[in-house]
Amino acid sequence: MSSPAVVALRGVAKAFPSGTRALDGLDLSVRRGEFLSLVGPSGCGKSTALRLIAGLSKPSGGTLTWGDGGTGAVPAPGDLGVVFQEPTLMPWATVAGNVRLPLRLTRRDDETEARVAAALARVGLADFATAYPRELSGGMKMRVAIARALVTDPHLLLMDEPFAALDEITRFRLDNELLTLWRALGKTVVFVTHSVFEAVYLSTRVVVMTPRPGRVAADIAIDAPYPRGETFRTSAEFAGLCRTVGAALAGAMGESFA
Amino acid sequence: MSAAAAPDSPSWWRRPGRISLPGLALVLGCAGWEILVRAFDVPAWQLPAPSAILATLVQDREILFGSLMVTLETTALGFLLAVLGGAGLAILFGQSRLLEDMLYPYAVILQVTPVVAIAPILLIWLPQPVAVLACAWIVAFFPMLANTTLGLHSVDHNLDDLFTLYGASRLERLLRLQLPAALPLMLAGARIAGGLSLIGAVVAEIAAGSAGAGSGLAYRIAEAGYRLDVPRMFAALILLSAAGIAVYAVLSLVSWLVLRRWHESALARGP
Repeated sequence: MSSPAVVALRGVAKAFPSGTRALDGLDLSVRRGEFLSLVGPSGCGKSTALRLIAGLSKPSGGTLTWGDGGTGAVPAPGDLGVVFQEPTLMPWATVAGNVRLPLRLTRRDDETEARVAAALARVGLADFATAYPRELSGGMKMRVAIARALVTDPHLLLMDEPFAALDEITRFRLDNELLTLWRALGKTVVFVTHSVFEAVYLSTRVVVMTPRPGRVAADIAIDAPYPRGETFRTSAEFAGLCRTVGAALAGAMGESFA
Repeated sequence: MSAAAAPDSPSWWRRPGRISLPGLALVLGCAGWEILVRAFDVPAWQLPAPSAILATLVQDREILFGSLMVTLETTALGFLLAVLGGAGLAILFGQSRLLEDMLYPYAVILQVTPVVAIAPILLIWLPQPVAVLACAWIVAFFPMLANTTLGLHSVDHNLDDLFTLYGASRLERLLRLQLPAALPLMLAGARIAGGLSLIGAVVAEIAAGSAGAGSGLAYRIAEAGYRLDVPRMFAALILLSAAGIAVYAVLSLVSWLVLRRWHESALARGP
């Protein structure tokens, strides 16, 4: 609880022109260095919350405060990395070209090639720099997307159900790789998922959200030590935590039916 | 690794049957035609034999190929201006919705009005070669405009967000995102525009020919028609068809060369 907030949302609301209230009264602090997962039924506004943090959409109410609230704390382009549900690669560019894009757009022109190579090596794709996205499997494309998000060395990484479309084997492997990266690089991660198991396995903290309008229903710390692996995934502690998060999720959904 | 790799030749080239089967049909058809004309002694002004058409092609080669060059030049220039104008206007529309809403309907009107009806007016207003060029441009322009407009609008929303996230300027977004995304549709538009440009040039030449001027292939057809020189009409017609096929083949090849590494349309599939 002692680490400072990277970004704090206070009473944030988001209503769309159609009248849909995706978020209403969302209070959420993202703390430095944590792995925070947002869990909720589909349509609970977790992706909307992520887009607000990314600056891709503006809240219709409430405040979003970066760091200590000073103007220097507001992220510049490249200070945030985003991974979408789809890999979202440019099909006309090579793997290296895709990873290079954020550097080009944010005018980080020094040591471009070294940075791209390092980012690709980090996700185990050093040999695929000249390949086109079409030639890669789903898991490899997602790794390229992660390399692209990390290439500008952002302090905050936002991930919107990045592995939801992958098969379970690939998903487990990417979960493990993501944890290794997170521990090695010391980034703050906000991870949106609808999988209770994935959230518990990865996170230091799981926030359960209510369906429309989205707000925080439960805030559960996952204190299990890292590194986590198969032993943790099959432990009684893991099962217990999943039950706690699952119950909170059921409660959040039941509440909305009342 | 998934199966689809970049092929090293276009699909129509990889399957020998795509060339040899129509070729066989052509040879058989011409042979039958030749036999029938000879057997029934059909006069050349009714239906010339393939051999007679071929002889005319060789005999009149200077006039015919000279005219072919005139028509091709008009087609190429009309096509080029249509690509530049169509793509350019679409890019302009992409920057300003107001401009698009204001002018797009007129581009549609220009397209739906038959060019053969516009040609006589243009021939009064403009010098004859310019009028013919204008007709080629008018018909080729719209597919380029429509396809580029559609292409610029069909950018992946997440990629669009990504460019926003990294603070891309309008120019960067256009050059690095919108134009590459639009490229497959623009190339498809160019393939249509190439053929239409030839049609526009021919229509205008016919219209001009009846006014007594012109030297393109279509004019040769009209002129030969007045003289009932049917073998020459056929010879000119064959050259026009060949020109149309060549235009389409060249543009298809360009499209394939540009897209072969990444676009679905140009990728080889496994068996």
